[in-house]
Amino acid sequence: MTAAIEVRAVEKRFGNVSVIRDLNLSVAKGERHAIIGPNGAGKSTTFNLISGHIRPSSGEVRLNGAVISGLRPFEINRRGLSRSFQVTNVFSRMTVWENVRCAVLWATGHRYAFWKNVDSLPEVRERTAEILDDIHLTHRRDVPAGLLTYAEQRELEIGVTIASGATVVMLDEPTAGMSNAETERAVALIRRLTEGRTLVIVEHDMSVVFGLADRISVLVYGHIIASGTPEEIRRDPKVREAYLGEEAH
Amino acid sequence: MTAAATPASPLSAKPAGSHLRFYALWLLGIAVLIILPLLFSSGGSLTSFSLIGIAIVFALSYNILLGQTGLLSFGHAVHYGLGGFAASHMMNAVVAHGWPLPLPFIPLFGGLGGLAFAILLGWVMTKRAGTVFAMISLGIGELVASSSLILRSVFGGEAGITTDRTTLPRMFGWTFGPQLQVYYLIAFWLVLSAIAMYALTRTPLGRISNAVRDNPERVQFIGYDPHVVRYLAYCFAGFFAGVAGGLAAISFEIANSAYLGAIQSGLVLFSTFIGGTAYFFGPILGAILVTYLQLGLTSLTSVWQLYFGIIFIGIVMFSPGGIAGLLMMHRPLILAGTFGMMIPSYLLAIVPTAALACGVILTIETVARYSGGDAINLFGVAFNPQSPVTWAVAAVLVVGGFFIARSTWQRIAEAWDRAATVARDRGYLA
Repeated sequence: MTAAIEVRAVEKRFGNVSVIRDLNLSVAKGERHAIIGPNGAGKSTTFNLISGHIRPSSGEVRLNGAVISGLRPFEINRRGLSRSFQVTNVFSRMTVWENVRCAVLWATGHRYAFWKNVDSLPEVRERTAEILDDIHLTHRRDVPAGLLTYAEQRELEIGVTIASGATVVMLDEPTAGMSNAETERAVALIRRLTEGRTLVIVEHDMSVVFGLADRISVLVYGHIIASGTPEEIRRDPKVREAYLGEEAH
Repeated sequence: MTAAATPASPLSAKPAGSHLRFYALWLLGIAVLIILPLLFSSGGSLTSFSLIGIAIVFALSYNILLGQTGLLSFGHAVHYGLGGFAASHMMNAVVAHGWPLPLPFIPLFGGLGGLAFAILLGWVMTKRAGTVFAMISLGIGELVASSSLILRSVFGGEAGITTDRTTLPRMFGWTFGPQLQVYYLIAFWLVLSAIAMYALTRTPLGRISNAVRDNPERVQFIGYDPHVVRYLAYCFAGFFAGVAGGLAAISFEIANSAYLGAIQSGLVLFSTFIGGTAYFFGPILGAILVTYLQLGLTSLTSVWQLYFGIIFIGIVMFSPGGIAGLLMMHRPLILAGTFGMMIPSYLLAIVPTAALACGVILTIETVARYSGGDAINLFGVAFNPQSPVTWAVAAVLVVGGFFIARSTWQRIAEAWDRAATVARDRGYLA
């Protein structure tokens, strides 16, 4: 079976500095895959390389078997990969409803249409309502996204990310800055919403990672030093030394 | 949880009243346009209304860029001007070839002229937003404006292209000689354009334009190319600016380089911003006010641009949402029934604020007219700019007015806090 995401020998240099070296990563379809690593290891850069935000200096990225490295973000998105951002990244002056609806429009085939009334597209309305319901923000639908609480904005971000119906969803630190209760809620949300999809997640909270992920990759200095099930990662001496060991202090 | 949430925010079933109110508002606007010339029928006011109508179409087209897509253009008059030239050439061609095309269709060709240029150059211009776009628009604006003086065969040089609107084939027996008929022609196109531009905000493209304005990076990750979105918005803005230019060409029976220049581009930016970019009706208010001021102030004072500058700075600093933003700020208070708490503090502030304004006007006029010695007529009171009495009055009004006004503004702020707190408690304010 072809992998959902296949990263082969990807390297990213900024000038003379190599931030990602010989990166190899394979995420099977339907898998929940977490990328962990110390600060500055290149986790967000890896996300950016896969989602087309930045281009690899060498190597290739494949989505469902097709090469996507070099494509632009919206082209990659149209092929079924969607991502969220570490810093909350919503359409702040638009309402919650409009945020989600914008994310639904391309996938429902309305594209750049300027001859249709956006309020009278039944499938768009239903899909938007469904997603708002899923992320529990129906009661906040008419509030500008910029006025939501932080946790709500993070949930909206997840809603916008899955709204296009992407088969591969990448979430960059979705629970960062949340309280324990909020984190629990968010994890339940992510678990439910990514059912039947492939999930790649970057996360610092180890309880989230080990509770959610089927497989984990450990990134240190732009290189993946280990990849495996949570149990294998927990036992791996290299990982304990590079990462989990520090965590214990 | 949805069961509890749904009644509070019904998905599609907006109250029927809001739909009715919405259509009533549009019908009211149309009714006003029809009735206006019956109330003010002098030639001067008809000309003013015509200019205001043109300015509204132009400002609304500009807001497709600024308010809806987040593109700050310093060269929007290019489309207005080229629309004017396209309409003028079309009018002359209709007359020369005897085509059966009546005058009311001419603005469409103005629009096509504006659109053609947008299609041609827009792709390159909208590649980037922000400062890059602003600078390119400035450059293109200057380029076209200076070309208009060089390329004489197209733009007619200094003299421009003149036309005679009455020589076109008639429609309903209207010659479009009298200003009244021209006014109704402009009003017709104003309504048509305003409805079309409003409808545009309610389409998938319109909403994605808003998303591009808010966050072009994120848009890419919901499948859209922000460049394409900006380009399409630019083309629409170019088209409607061209319509406005075409209407101007009909109204003035001339198109010349002044249509295309930086002053015209600045004026539309000014109108749109003062009116408020966040609401559809903002640019309408701005265009009405600015055109009215422009017509009124030029006859009263030689330094009218200075007043424009002061108004602009005041709006930018104290009310970045423009007049529309200022008005709509009160909406939650009115809905919550707490607006009444504001009225006493507003009334209290009127007199000292007006005194301060009079002081500023007197100061400006004194400086402007000192060497000439022309008398100042401030709301019917005469002042001699060279007399120390005038200087003293101005100083007292400015200093005294400012200190008293400032304390009344403080009261407004306090009253606002109280009114807003109650409105928030009642759930009308987030």
